[in-house]
Amino acid sequence: MPRSETAIVHLSGVSKIYGATRALSDVDFACFAGEIHAILGENGAGKSTLMKLVSGVIRPTSGHIDVDGARTDLSSPADAMARGLICMFQELSLVPDLTVRENLMLGAPGRGLGRLDTAVVERAKSILSQIDGEAIRMKARVADLTLAERQQVEIAKALSRNPRLLILDEATSALNASVVEKVFRLIRARRDAGVGVLFISHRFHEIEALADRISIFRNGSHVETFDNGAYDYGAIISKMVGQRIDDLFPAKPDPVADAEEVISLNGFGWGDTLDDVSIVLRKGCITGLGGLDGQGQGAVLQGLFGLLKGTRGDCVMDGRKITVNHPKTAKSPKLGIALVPEDRKTEGLVLQQSIAHNMELAALGVEGIDAGDPAIYQPFLDALELKCDSLDQTVSELSGGNQQKVALTKWLSLGPRCMLLADPTRGIDVKTKTQIYALLRRLADSGVAILLLSTDYEELIHLCDDAHIFYNGRVVRRLSGADITAENIIAASLNMHETPAAAEGTAHA
Amino acid sequence: MRDLLRANQRETIAFSVLVALLVSYLATHPAGPTTYVMTIWANQCLILALAAIAQFFAVIVRGIDLSVGAIMALTNCIASYLVIGTGAEMTFGIIIVLAAGVGCGVLNGLLVVYGRIQPIVVTLATASVFVGLALLLRPTPGGQIDYDLADALTLDVLGVPTALIVTVAVIGLIWVPLRRTGLGLGLYAVGSSEQAAFQSGMPIARIRLASFALGGLFAGLAGLYFSLVTTTGDAGIGPNFTLNSIAAVVLGGVALRGGVGTLTGAIAGAFILKTIGALMFFSGLPPLAQPFVEGLILAAAIAIGGADVLRVKNKLEVFGR
Repeated sequence: MPRSETAIVHLSGVSKIYGATRALSDVDFACFAGEIHAILGENGAGKSTLMKLVSGVIRPTSGHIDVDGARTDLSSPADAMARGLICMFQELSLVPDLTVRENLMLGAPGRGLGRLDTAVVERAKSILSQIDGEAIRMKARVADLTLAERQQVEIAKALSRNPRLLILDEATSALNASVVEKVFRLIRARRDAGVGVLFISHRFHEIEALADRISIFRNGSHVETFDNGAYDYGAIISKMVGQRIDDLFPAKPDPVADAEEVISLNGFGWGDTLDDVSIVLRKGCITGLGGLDGQGQGAVLQGLFGLLKGTRGDCVMDGRKITVNHPKTAKSPKLGIALVPEDRKTEGLVLQQSIAHNMELAALGVEGIDAGDPAIYQPFLDALELKCDSLDQTVSELSGGNQQKVALTKWLSLGPRCMLLADPTRGIDVKTKTQIYALLRRLADSGVAILLLSTDYEELIHLCDDAHIFYNGRVVRRLSGADITAENIIAASLNMHETPAAAEGTAHA
Repeated sequence: MRDLLRANQRETIAFSVLVALLVSYLATHPAGPTTYVMTIWANQCLILALAAIAQFFAVIVRGIDLSVGAIMALTNCIASYLVIGTGAEMTFGIIIVLAAGVGCGVLNGLLVVYGRIQPIVVTLATASVFVGLALLLRPTPGGQIDYDLADALTLDVLGVPTALIVTVAVIGLIWVPLRRTGLGLGLYAVGSSEQAAFQSGMPIARIRLASFALGGLFAGLAGLYFSLVTTTGDAGIGPNFTLNSIAAVVLGGVALRGGVGTLTGAIAGAFILKTIGALMFFSGLPPLAQPFVEGLILAAAIAIGGADVLRVKNKLEVFGR
């Protein structure tokens, strides 16, 4: 069936604003019946926000959405589902404590709170059997399934609802190539039967293999929509990269050859999140961890800081094997490891307490440091130009940028030998970013080894001496010096191959 | 079978404990396993079981209800005026009593859902209101319940305690059918992962409201049954039942974080708690040591349920539990 003339979903002038961040700005976008429409973009480009709008999870700040040519207000996922807009979410929409069977029945259309529909389970079972999921037991608790099995159940759940528009947000990220190919066969069959498909994937070769059309998003804006095959690989990447900002970052010094090793990780792994990661942190170097969200980078930092149980591999410091099994060990002067965590509001700070109390938390109990002495914090507060009324002010009253300055100062006061930072500039204004960048560079110059996890490739390019790009729990590419380019980072993050021909090879493997 | 046991691991533990306790209770009771002994035991257990069911409906959606005992006190006092007289009058009285229970539950639900206040705060406040009303009705214990009705529902049928028949009926006629509806499933979904339930298109607000209404209904039933057993109205019965209802659901394998546990588990928990109490009475332990031993048994039973924390691999996840 050819593409229809009226769009199933049409967004006009849609913006979505969260506080100070514009997640989507003035987006016009349409998806038609009978087409597979892929969305491509970097982290924070607005892909997931778009999907949430179409599936009724959130509502636009401005602009409007038409479904089948009629103005609508998608007020809830139930409303979207009733119109045949079915989403398979990136954050899994399965209830962990319920069984597979119960999850398949949950929210099945037309039933509401009345008697459960068992026909939907039969439909889902037949779909599961077509995507290698026949071994999944209906009575198993979803929490006991592997990530891949959960995704198979999600796919079956979405397809069993007979969608008119199927929204797949990273639907296949945990599945292996042969299962993915079977899922694609099902999706193509639905497309041919007139269903519209919106498709987000990290894997570029999947998009190449599946999409009819591709839309590119960058920084919350819709850049362009074109037919698959209209542009080559290089042109698509450059559309995703966009403009550069150079003066944000301090000058990058020439790498010191063979700087002294501070920590080296060999064959580090944890559960099925992380496997066989080897990274060397050197004195005075900034080492970057890149890749899309949730590819296992975070576990490297948590593991080094003693938050994970049952890690594999070795951690060597000063030529001796060390075991870090508690943050208290990590921060002791002997090891001197500090972690500035990803979520400053829940993990980095106690929001209801004062700046002074927050800063003392890390230094408390460390030998040789007087946590109550304000002098140990002042140099860093000055360098970062913390804006506050007094140090007795509650942290929750500060802006995001100033909160992050407190979270950084708290650890810097310990004089760490090795600083682990998880996306320290996420959601922070540009001025604070430059201050943090300058401080990191000065710290490195003073001999601290820095491990910087970042989802912003500009930071990897302009700050890091070398960068490890993660994909699916492994380092897929190591870049250093002049090789750290936006093109290389994005290509590795999406696990794209050097040439389109190579990508074809994997897609059919 | 493996899945069934695994999915109902906590209930399986609860039922085994209950059977063991009951056997030792009957063995140590001076009168032995007579119908009379069983009936007294079952009546006491059923009152707490109904209160535990009320608590279950609050806990399963990740809430807690501190007004269970207060609703029991209020409905008990109402019953002591209305559940007497002709058959029609008593029917009317029972309907009013249960409607009062549901009304209290709905009030809690409305404040939680639309007032956006935590259940623990809402029910702490409404508990005082309900007890206040009960005290206005019955400043001192008194009133009367129809003896024939009381006898019919608190003695035995052919040697089987009526309370046990009621227990089975609640499970068979209410719980089993409820489990096969979207509402029954929705209760668990909302408690386990509100986000996943929302994204699956479930009406979260209505489910929460329904669960508090059901909680109110069962608290009303508990108050009514208490009235039948004691045949009097007393506004002061609340606090004990509230705390014991929470202990009972925990003992019965219902997770206080919501989404896990069954109504039958909550009933088993209530039976266990009452049986421990009864066992203590005839155990020969000095009365002053009984609360201590009872506490130890409670703590041990709850610790078994929480043991899976030891398997968590990321230390940060322990804090989310």
